[in-house]
Parts: sequence; structure tokens; C-alpha cells
Amino acid sequence: MASILYVAHTEADGTLCKPALEALEAARQLKGSLGDATLTVGLIGHDVQAAADAIASCGADRFLAVAGSEFGVSRYGSDALAITELVKASEATVILAPATSRVTRVLPGVANRCDGCIDTQVTGMSVEDGQAQIQRWYYRQRMVATLTRDQSPWFLSIAAGVYDAWKGDTGTAQVEILAVELDGGATRTRVIGTKATDSDTQTIRPEADLLLVAGAGWTKKQADGQTHVPDAEQLLLEFLDSTQASLGSSKSLVDQDAEGQAVMGFLSHMNQVGQTGSTPRHPKGLATCCHGEEPHVVGWRFINQRRAINMDPNCSWAQGKADVLYVADAFEVMKKVNDLLSKG
Amino acid sequence: MSNGFHIVVCGSLVPDPLQTLQPVMGASGLPELKSEMMLPSVLDPWAGHALFEAAHLAAKTPESKVWLVSAGPKARLQQLMMTLAQKVPFELVALDGSASGFTDASSVAKSLSEAIEGIAGLDRSRMLLFGGCASASRDAGATMQIVGERLSIHDQFLAVDELDVENDGSLRILERIEGGQYLESVCEGPPAMLGWATGTLPEPKNNPQVGMMNMRTIMPALQRAQSVSVGAGDSTFASVEVPQQRRETRIVKDLPADEIARELVEWIRS
Ligand SMILES: Cc1cc2nc3c(=O)[nH]c(=O)nc-3n(C[C@H](O)[C@H](O)[C@H](O)COP(=O)(O)OP(=O)(O)OC[C@H]3O[C@@H](n4cnc5c(N)ncnc54)[C@H](O)[C@@H]3O)c2cc1C
Repeated sequence: MASILYVAHTEADGTLCKPALEALEAARQLKGSLGDATLTVGLIGHDVQAAADAIASCGADRFLAVAGSEFGVSRYGSDALAITELVKASEATVILAPATSRVTRVLPGVANRCDGCIDTQVTGMSVEDGQAQIQRWYYRQRMVATLTRDQSPWFLSIAAGVYDAWKGDTGTAQVEILAVELDGGATRTRVIGTKATDSDTQTIRPEADLLLVAGAGWTKKQADGQTHVPDAEQLLLEFLDSTQASLGSSKSLVDQDAEGQAVMGFLSHMNQVGQTGSTPRHPKGLATCCHGEEPHVVGWRFINQRRAINMDPNCSWAQGKADVLYVADAFEVMKKVNDLLSKG
Repeated sequence: MSNGFHIVVCGSLVPDPLQTLQPVMGASGLPELKSEMMLPSVLDPWAGHALFEAAHLAAKTPESKVWLVSAGPKARLQQLMMTLAQKVPFELVALDGSASGFTDASSVAKSLSEAIEGIAGLDRSRMLLFGGCASASRDAGATMQIVGERLSIHDQFLAVDELDVENDGSLRILERIEGGQYLESVCEGPPAMLGWATGTLPEPKNNPQVGMMNMRTIMPALQRAQSVSVGAGDSTFASVEVPQQRRETRIVKDLPADEIARELVEWIRS
């Protein structure tokens, strides 16, 4: 019989984040498809009772937790000890966790400690002949594989945005708190806290409906032979402000910063989308002054509707990569777009 | 005892991202890329950032040294080294084996950690284990943590953009987390594992002198490259496919900016 362990960590305010609730839904669905399986919830955090109560009606057979101030922070040493203990106590054969940065950092090491195997950023699961199968992407979103494993325990981190977040009634969960001793080694690292990037404005909004991508064209010489970087900055910021879109960038544009060229103050490598950047999930994406080359577009794998504005009718977006390509000057178009948006 | 860092960077080759990749099922039941051995390759980008950061740190910390541990088909590694050698000084530890993305992270990690354990003169108490936060092939973001675990390194950091060595020798590290934020941590000192994201350095310019110096150790390292068996562990692949991603692009030309803007705003609001 499969023993499923769902692992999640609480946020600073004691809640579970959306990807954590999505992974819970994945765990519930897996339990349902396997039929003969148990589901244990394993939480980590400073104080986990509120989070456990919030998911009390999820259908879990058991609630375990590792709690305390040392577990309220994201740190490899303490997280690895905590999750290993949860795996042992639950005798899990399959472990599901959200692919948050905290889990992504620690789960492979825990898999190794538990003599298990791991697949990360899982984008789908099914059951064939009583055996769980997963889907995950290879070569930076270029191809998708369906595979299964015999080894146990099998650790899976679930990509964000694939499953609906679990919703249900709150209740009172009976949480068994596991005692985990931290040796000195686990606290050699001190967590200071979170910090915004050096860029002036917070432009990355994972929950936004729209991704606006800025390409290097915004800083290139335009028809009048001049560059217009301040105008570009203003157009983009105004657009972001009124739409609350998330801002992505091509590599060429953010690289200009490292190369010492003038670049927009609100952009950093964190904004970069693509092969060596991020693969965000948004329902819509609008590319501006960006050529749409393959190493960039692999980062658009999970953007459903795609439009682009480019002066070049032969740019890569035209080659089946966007739904609509507007062959036009993005400076002109975005100005008009901002005017219309400001009129409400 | 020296005060410098012993920085071991794990990084190998991946297909040039401008190439079209076609998966095929290999005879062993393990997927592979069509004409894999013929594909031009580049240094795995995030591992590349790790290498450049390592060289930069070594250059400003006396008595430091950088090793690059690379597992891949020997002939392709040799090609890669022709360009890489000119970038920054390092000593190569080459392992002759598969660089396929379909191999299992733990299988690769086993070969890498065994190779690291065998490095003569490596002081593991001064060791910083560097690599990319994920490869452009398997893209699992798992190998470096497993290498770290196998080497008993329990201070691990992933998606690192910045490392500063403080006056007391502690390491101040910024890791990328959700929503474009960083997590700031301070680790007492080495040993530690850092899986790098982009870092803060541009790609170094080619330096033929560095190339000549590196080549003196690279060629012998390639010659004595041990062959390693890197596999897919116990995975059974049911299928691997490139999804149909070609869209019917509607190309809108000669439409006034006003009209385009109206269409876009309607779409944004829909
Ligand atoms: C190993 C490797 C990894 C890479 N990883 C990434 C990655 O993660 N992300 C990424 O983005 N790239 C990546 N690249 C780089 C990629 O191949 C391209 O070079 C890059 O995406 C180009 O950026 P761009 O389209 O902004 O710039 P450019 O190619 O310079 O294109 C600028 C575009 O702006 C348009 N333009 C100019 N002015 C206007 C105007 N007024 N109105 C409308 N359009 C205008 C031009 O027509 C042009 O199409 C990688 C490359 C390699 C080799």
C-alpha cells in the first residue's frame, strides 16, 4: 500500500502559500487514483497549528509536524533534518511537496539521506496499472517525458500553477509534533531575512494575469538615430502600474547592466525569462522590442496567450511562436495603450 | 594551514540552445537526443556562472584554487575545453561518461562526489562546492545538493546571485526566492555548497595566456579521464515528446498604432 506524505512549510504569517495548497490537491488526487493509499500531512514551521487547522478537512489520515523557531526559517540544515524525520515517522513511499524555493533547495538532499529517488518540477501525475506516473520537462521546457520509478521513497516536487489550490473547510487538526534535535552543524547558517533586489521597483508579480516582456530593442537606436531609454522606462513603468502586470526581460536587455551599459533601473537578472532565466506562468504574455529567439521563448512554455510588438515582420515571434504579432513601433503603440488604460 | 578557498565547480556541457532538439528512444529504453554526439555544445550556462564566480573569488583570495569537475563524453569535453580554457584559470578533473539530460541526478552526483573525494591536495575543510542551480539538460536542480550530501556538506544554498566573504571569514549569501526577492543568510564558513543562478559577473573575455596555462593540465586530465557509468537509475520512461507548439501567428501589418492599442487593451481586459 502506498503511503503518501505531503510536506509543506508555513510562511512567515503561519499560512500555507498557494503552491503548497496546489501540491496538497495533487497529493489528494494521487491518493484517490491509487485507491489503496494513506495520506499524511507533514508540516514545518515556527507554529503550524493554524496551517494544519486550515487544511483539517483535506482528508489526511494523519498530521505530523516539526515546529519551533529554528524551523520557521528557510535553511538547508534544519529543513533537511525536519523532512527526514517526517519521512521516517510516516514511513512514506511517495513524498509530494510544492516546488517552492525552500523545498527545491532541500528535497534532493533529503532524498539522498533517505536512500530514495527524486523528480522535481512535476507538471502532471497519473496512475497506470496501479503505479504512479509523472510528467516532467527536460532540456529547459523543450520536451516532456512521462516516467515512473520503482525505487522508494520517491520524492516529487510539484511545479506551481499546475493543480488547482485545495479549498475546504477549516477545522481542528490533531497534530503530532515530532522532536527534532538540531546539532551545531544545522545552525552554522544564520538566516538574516528577505531582501528586495537592488532594482528600484518590485516588478515581478507571479500571480499577475499578464506578463510584459521587454527586449533589448527598447534601448536600441530608433528611427531618428537616437536611443530613448528614459522614454522607454516611463512607458513600461506606466503600463506596469496601470495593469499590475509582471515584468519579464530578454537576456540581452538585462546583460547590458552587467556590461556597464545604461539599462533600466527596475530590471535585474531576476526578470530574465528563458533558457537561463525563469519560466513564469501567466495566462497572457505581451512581448515588446524582443526578437523571440528560441533561448528566450523556451521560458514562455507556460504562457497561454501570446502577443508581440516588433518592427521586424520576420522576427521569431512570426514563426509560430506568438498568436498575434503586431508589426509596429512599440514606443508608439505602448504610449497609446497607456493613454487608453488611463482613461479607464 | 592556508586561508584560501578550495573551490570545486561541477559543470558540464549541454547542447547549444540555438539547436533544435529531437528526442528518440534509445536501444536501452532510455531516451536520448537525435544525433546527440554531433550537436554543438556549450558549457552549461548556470555552471558557467558558477565557474566565473569561483575564479573571481579565487583571484581575490590568496592561496585559493579552482577545480572544474566535468562529466561528459571525452571528445565533446575536449572540444568544449578549447573555448572554456581561455576564460579563467582552473584545473580540470574530467570524467568520461554520458552528459544526457535523461540520466538521473543521483547517478551523476555519485560519480562527481567520488571524483571530488579523489582530488589530490583538496582540503575539504576549506572547500566551497559550486555548481549551477539547475542544468539546461536534466533541469532538475538536484545534482549539486546530492553531491553536497555525499560529501557531508550540510550548509547548502541554491539559486545564489551573490557571495561576500566577511572579515571574520563568514559567507554572506543571497539566494533567489519567490516574487523577485532574495533570502539573505550568513554561513560560518566553508565547507558549503552554492548552486549559482546568474551571479553578478559578465562572461570573461578570452585570454590566450590563461588558455595556454590551462591547456597544460587540461590535456593530461582528458587523457586520464576515468570512464564512469552514469545512468537513469530506476526510471522507466513511457514517452518523451516535443509538444506541438507552433501557433498560427496572425501577423498584423499596416494597422495604425491607435487601432493596435485598442485591440491590445481589449485583450488585456478580457
Ligand atoms: C546559452 C544561452 C542562453 C541564453 N539564455 C537566454 C535567456 O534565458 N533569455 C533570453 O531572453 N535570451 C537568452 N539567450 C539569448 C538569445 O539567444 C537572444 O540573444 C536574446 O533573447 C535576444 O534578446 P532581444 O530579443 O531582447 O534582443 P535583440 O535580438 O537585440 O532584439 C531586439 C528586437 O527589438 C526590436 N525592436 C527594436 N526597436 C523596436 C521598436 N521601436 N518597436 C518594436 N520592436 C523594436 C527589433 O526588431 C529586434 O527584434 C541565450 C543565449 C545563449 C547562447
